[in-house]
Amino acid sequence: MPSVGRNIPHDSARGHVTGQSKYVDDLPFARNELIVDFYWSRVAHGRIRSVDTSAAAAIPGVAALFTYKDLPGQNLFGPIIQDELLLAEREVLFIGHPIVVIAADSREAIRLARNAIVVDIEELEPIFTIDAAKKAQWHLGESRTIRRGEVAAAFQEAEEILEGQWRCGGQDHFYLESQAAVAYPGEHDALIVHSSTQNPSEVQEVIAHVLGLPINKVTVVTKRMGGAFGGKECQATHPAAIAALVALKTGRPARIVYNKDDDMQITGGRHPFQNDYRVAFTRDGLITAAAIDFFSDGGAYADLSTSVMGRAMTHADNAYFIPNMEITGTVCRTNFPPNTAFRGFGGPQGVATIENIIEEIALRLGRDPLEIRMKNCYGVDDRNVTPYGQPVTNNTLPRLFTECAERSEYYARRAEVARFNRESKTHLKGIALTAVKFGISFNTKFLNQANALVNVYLDGSVQVSTGATEMGQGVNTKIGQLVADELGVDASTVLVMITSTEKNNNTSATAASSAADLNGGAAVDAARRIRTRMTEVAAGHLAAASEGELTASTADIVFAEGQVYDRRSAGRKLKFRELVKICHLQRVSLGERGFFATRGLEWDPVAYVGTPFRYFTKGCAASEVLIDRFTGMMRVLRSDILMDIGRSINPGIDRGQITGGFIQGMGWLTNEELRYAESGMLLTHSPTTYKIPNIQDVPEVFNVDWIDNATNVVNVAASKAVGEPPLLLAISVWCAIKNALSFVSDGKLDAPATGEEILMRLANQKPETRN
Amino acid sequence: MKDPEKPLEAHESDNEKRAEVSRRDFLGTSVVLTAGACVAPILFNKSALASEGAVPGGPISSAVDVTLRVNGTAHALKLEPRVTLLDALREEMQLAGTKKGCDHGQCGACTVLVDGRRTLSCLTLAVMHDGDEITTIEGLAGSDELHPMQAAFIERDAFQCGYCTPGQIMSAVALLREPCGASDDDVRECMSGNICRCGAYPNIVAAVQDVRRSKTT
Repeated sequence: MPSVGRNIPHDSARGHVTGQSKYVDDLPFARNELIVDFYWSRVAHGRIRSVDTSAAAAIPGVAALFTYKDLPGQNLFGPIIQDELLLAEREVLFIGHPIVVIAADSREAIRLARNAIVVDIEELEPIFTIDAAKKAQWHLGESRTIRRGEVAAAFQEAEEILEGQWRCGGQDHFYLESQAAVAYPGEHDALIVHSSTQNPSEVQEVIAHVLGLPINKVTVVTKRMGGAFGGKECQATHPAAIAALVALKTGRPARIVYNKDDDMQITGGRHPFQNDYRVAFTRDGLITAAAIDFFSDGGAYADLSTSVMGRAMTHADNAYFIPNMEITGTVCRTNFPPNTAFRGFGGPQGVATIENIIEEIALRLGRDPLEIRMKNCYGVDDRNVTPYGQPVTNNTLPRLFTECAERSEYYARRAEVARFNRESKTHLKGIALTAVKFGISFNTKFLNQANALVNVYLDGSVQVSTGATEMGQGVNTKIGQLVADELGVDASTVLVMITSTEKNNNTSATAASSAADLNGGAAVDAARRIRTRMTEVAAGHLAAASEGELTASTADIVFAEGQVYDRRSAGRKLKFRELVKICHLQRVSLGERGFFATRGLEWDPVAYVGTPFRYFTKGCAASEVLIDRFTGMMRVLRSDILMDIGRSINPGIDRGQITGGFIQGMGWLTNEELRYAESGMLLTHSPTTYKIPNIQDVPEVFNVDWIDNATNVVNVAASKAVGEPPLLLAISVWCAIKNALSFVSDGKLDAPATGEEILMRLANQKPETRN
Repeated sequence: MKDPEKPLEAHESDNEKRAEVSRRDFLGTSVVLTAGACVAPILFNKSALASEGAVPGGPISSAVDVTLRVNGTAHALKLEPRVTLLDALREEMQLAGTKKGCDHGQCGACTVLVDGRRTLSCLTLAVMHDGDEITTIEGLAGSDELHPMQAAFIERDAFQCGYCTPGQIMSAVALLREPCGASDDDVRECMSGNICRCGAYPNIVAAVQDVRRSKTT
């Protein structure tokens, strides 16, 4: 039986439930290991007058103290724009900016040393809001524009025009396992670094860059992460590079593990956005033009912000055909920690913006927002090209809208919500059905590549190594299933190995929902090459064994159920492992490196025109909420999710991704609020004050399903990427809150719609400005 | 059975063992890395400790004897009194299955059983548990291959990244002996101290209910 399509448990399932799964900080301490931490700026913007480490150096147990002057390589780095200083030199640009690296024998000594370091900083005026950055014209990268049609003319001819501003807050990744790395010194300046990262190759490159080493001297290894969600791409490079610096300079193993409070304070998260929009539409609700200006808060350094903005812009259309559209994107620079990738990567901010606009149009026209959505939905045969020029092929959106409305009994419940709100004096209900169309592929074309190493051993067991990293999303399980089917063996005989730059070089981040697509494609390529060679051997061997009955025919060789046979003589079967032995005796290679590069991608990174995505993952969700009018407390009564995820490689894992992504999106839009002191210091730096969804925040009725669709033949096993898209379906919850509020107010709402925000809106008070 | 809520003094029979530290220092830091050979003398040599104690705010130097019974095995340890049970488990006994999440008792990742009751091991000091029966995720199954709760978590895909999972399972096992109502809502209430960023919550409820139903039938 093929493995693909089956609910094979996560390959770490047993380890997870028995406590045997090892994370970076679970590595036993080496005998002479150093603990590493750093002194970070408590000032958001300032000029460093002096740094005095002499008192710290005298503390017993302190092994080393390093500043930027001690870096053997380049201090300046960055994934897209090289604008970031690993260790501050003359200026600090955010709270958390590392200034002095401390290495010591004990945490006690680290703490004492940190208190003994004297850094004199002249405080400068900080910038904490998008408005202030706009005024100061302090940006990261260039503004970009997507433009189609005659926008100005369409507005002139418009029957209806709406304009406004919509804002959303940031989000802390809150991976349970904080940033962590352990660096082991090797011979001749070589280093082995265990890093909790989604991008071992980037960590490797940054370490080599800042230490002045050739990349081949640095090996980065990632077994797994205790959650990542985008926060362990670029943000994982800093701790790893700092630990590597200590290991290189002292010759001792060096471990750094952020405590949760520090992690939340000094690393960036999801970008807050503040978007100005103007939309033209007919009295029937058909959108004729839209102009959206996106402004994000990038933080102090570029990190991935320009790319995140690109995805926001290419998702501003979401599920809707808008014939005349102008979308601009500007990343504002502020004195916060650099914001970075976070599940959805700008897509959620883009999609939420247009979904808010749709709700506003419906309010203006007094119509059901679902009617507006379906009226403007991308067509199957026409009205199906995005503003940046990519056709929406294989469009299941109309079907998803219809089926999701039916399954969720949307129309009946919408009527019931209105009835309830007429009668209840204490509570409000709201309902909304929203869609997602999420582009799959990295927007940056060259990143859409992967390599894989497959080794078959003499007993028929198989090892697979790829650049994919496991953060719970089950990518390794899926890759194992794909390889098992390619070789016709049971998935239990295929082991997906620890991710290491030693085996897979120059890999892309496990990101953009694409890890199974890319690395699965590469692993299948490698396995197929091995199978092709084994097929030759099998054909010859089976023909020879048939004593003249068969002629050797590779086209007739079948690999299935751990056996290999000629379909013309299916009674005579070779065990897979027997064939492996025969191949080995015949000196046929049983290892292979595979490669995959996504075809059909074209993207002009300046003009913002092209086909940046291989396909779209789509979905709809209907959510209903209940709000306490006296406290603002909100509960989600029911959510119905219906997605198009192609042919699922592992339904259990995909269900988990959809459920979890939705809940995480709910957190961003409802519970999770980052609050700062006037100094720019994050106040909500622990779960005490920063509320991620808990088990009681899950919708009371929660139906998760997907349609049967095996037509996505452009991707491995006709599957579709599933990691990020469901997060955007949580926008249905936010829209339901907006719907509820619209019964008693103008319906204006920003995100997150916390209980406090809801209460303020109920009281018709404008909430205080937050970044 | 001792009450883990009782103050430290109540558990101390030997006054000399007691730490002479301020509450601030006591709670401010955690374990000294004992695996490093270079720090072992500071930890284990009492005379060295006395002199170190003179440094203002310097390393606290009053390791005490404590016997922790973990997963049926007694571990005789010398620990600073302010070492949390979590750090003692992870760094003194190499039981890394118990996870450190927030280290503030808010996330539940460090949950263990102390005399059958669930306890946040980051919020309790190791020395408070001299002689208590401590069960961690590593010892949950006993001589069986898997505890039924562990099997149910696998069956229901009740995890993703796995980092909160040991704590979730320890809470879920404790819940079986608590007066928790029968409904899914009751389970959610009883499991609300364990957060999961991956959002595996519906599957966690399902796993817990599977085990409870199989126990009653």
